[in-house]
Amino acid sequence: MTNTLTISPTRAGAAAQARHSRAGTARPPWEEPPTVIGQTVKGLTLIGVVAVVLVPLWIILVTSFSTPGAINRAGGLVIWPDGLTVEPYREMLLDPTVRTSLLVSLGITLIGTAVSMAVSVMCAYGLSRPRSFAHRFLLLLLIVTMFVNGGLIPTFLVVTDLGGYGKYWALVLPSAVSVFNILVLRAFYSETSGELIDAARLDGAGDWRILWSVVLPTSRAVTAVVTLFYAVGYWNAFFNVMLYMPTDSQKWPLQYVLLTYVNRGVGLPGSVNNGFGSTHAHTAPLSLQMAVVVLTLIPLLIVYPFVQKHFRTGVLTGAIKG
Amino acid sequence: MSVQQPQDAGHPVRLTWRMRIRRDRTLLLMTVPSIALLLVFNYAPLFGLATAFQDYDPLIGVWHSQWVGLDQFRQLFQDAQFWDSLKNTIYLSFVQLILFFPIPIVLALLLNTVLSIQVRNFIQSVVYLPHFFSWVLTITIFQQMLGGAGLLNQFLRSHGMSTWDIMTNPHTFALLVTSQAVWKEAGWGIIVFLAALAGINRELYEAAAADGAGRWRRMWHITLPGMRGVIVLMLVLRLGNALSVGFEQFLIQRDAVGHSSADVLDTFSFYYGIATNNYSYGAAAGLFKSVISLLLIWGANKLAHAFGEDGLYRT
Repeated sequence: MTNTLTISPTRAGAAAQARHSRAGTARPPWEEPPTVIGQTVKGLTLIGVVAVVLVPLWIILVTSFSTPGAINRAGGLVIWPDGLTVEPYREMLLDPTVRTSLLVSLGITLIGTAVSMAVSVMCAYGLSRPRSFAHRFLLLLLIVTMFVNGGLIPTFLVVTDLGGYGKYWALVLPSAVSVFNILVLRAFYSETSGELIDAARLDGAGDWRILWSVVLPTSRAVTAVVTLFYAVGYWNAFFNVMLYMPTDSQKWPLQYVLLTYVNRGVGLPGSVNNGFGSTHAHTAPLSLQMAVVVLTLIPLLIVYPFVQKHFRTGVLTGAIKG
Repeated sequence: MSVQQPQDAGHPVRLTWRMRIRRDRTLLLMTVPSIALLLVFNYAPLFGLATAFQDYDPLIGVWHSQWVGLDQFRQLFQDAQFWDSLKNTIYLSFVQLILFFPIPIVLALLLNTVLSIQVRNFIQSVVYLPHFFSWVLTITIFQQMLGGAGLLNQFLRSHGMSTWDIMTNPHTFALLVTSQAVWKEAGWGIIVFLAALAGINRELYEAAAADGAGRWRRMWHITLPGMRGVIVLMLVLRLGNALSVGFEQFLIQRDAVGHSSADVLDTFSFYYGIATNNYSYGAAAGLFKSVISLLLIWGANKLAHAFGEDGLYRT
């Protein structure tokens, strides 16, 4: 079975693309100069697209830093900075429910990502050496799960039968292996030059050593991308919480608090003043809510710029020849 | 640790499978954790599908529950709410296909004509961003912009106009969820199309220009055929996933909009299976969905072959 999930399988291809776009900076002589109308329409469309993403984020950010006065004057969300204060953030970080959920989210994300990466990197390397024993069969075992699965309820029953209800491992282990990510890693590991690996072998390195000292250092970009994919998955996880720990608010991660506090506007039982922020004189409830929104965004925005330039290599390398 | 012989050298040495296992034992060991997790959390649930043919009782487990054959399915097909959710699934999937699918292609074409590297990189960084937001966050942002107390209504109110709560209107729900999907994923969707565009041979454009083909003719005769393979592939993937229209997205908004227009097969399986402890019923609904989905993938793939493309797989 030949599986072609995506298009450009090689790193050489990505490099060629990079060269290409650099060469494309100057307009080729045969191409007609753009019309004024065309330029305008294109420019406005692209500005519109960027604005649709950035403007809501800006408004949320400004509102989260706004004083109650500024929010009253605006009649709700604040578009332009008016009276700024860090009080909402202080208030938010003093709230026990938010603090707990932040720690829970960070914990799940860090541990989950570590587990996922360890397991995936090993599996990807284990299946990447040509002609190794049973690697085709094992690969097939992996790929089948992309098309066939038990579905929601049988999976739920397996996890609860194993005692996962109300346990943090139920948020990590069932989603620890992403076959897609393993295939991405494997595609890169398969390309690590055979000579390099043979040379390491002659120097007495075993497979663990080769993976750690040869293969991993030569594929840093894809490792970064896959790590981000996993980390974002854990950070954003919400449905697993709903399935396996819907009632215990002390164990909720940030996304669930975001949903309950901000989206549904419910007061949380663990909160200092049942009704999040409503009795605080110095902080408007709205700015407190927007501060929670910003809090869920911060980790992503810290990591994003470092990984962003590698996205294409990661996304396009899902190609597998089973 | 044994130094392995370079097995890649020309003539294959015949090894027994014992010798091969011994030789590759480290590699095999490395795959064990992943395979074990998949066996537990992906393959074991396949046996759990048996519950769809049982009257499953969680207290006595799959082994001892009573077999009822196709009873669950019979009940399912008489359930008006099941048909509603199937109808919603297909309708929402169709709306998303029509309104969502072309947008990344158009965006990629547009972005491809931006010459400045800095501007391009900036736009790409921005449009990729929402892909990494959770559905909770995305819907919260929509709520703040378009909801009853959101920015749009804040503006309408302050200008003395009547307000308009988009977030709770069952009639425009399909448009709402599609625009959420576009906002979140359209930017990410352009990656493959941009790669396809970058792979088109530049000399073709020059030759066409020399033959007098204008901007639009070149797009029609070179760019679009050059993207054809990717477009067909993405369409196949989408058709194969037609019954999976954003689970979390619907789950979160179901209460605000009402289940009759927001329930899809996945949420049906969740609410009538887990929330009511009627596991067999939910599992039956899930199995129904899985089987139809597999048929869709298979059919869509055949369709791709008919178009002369590789599709998802070729056997």
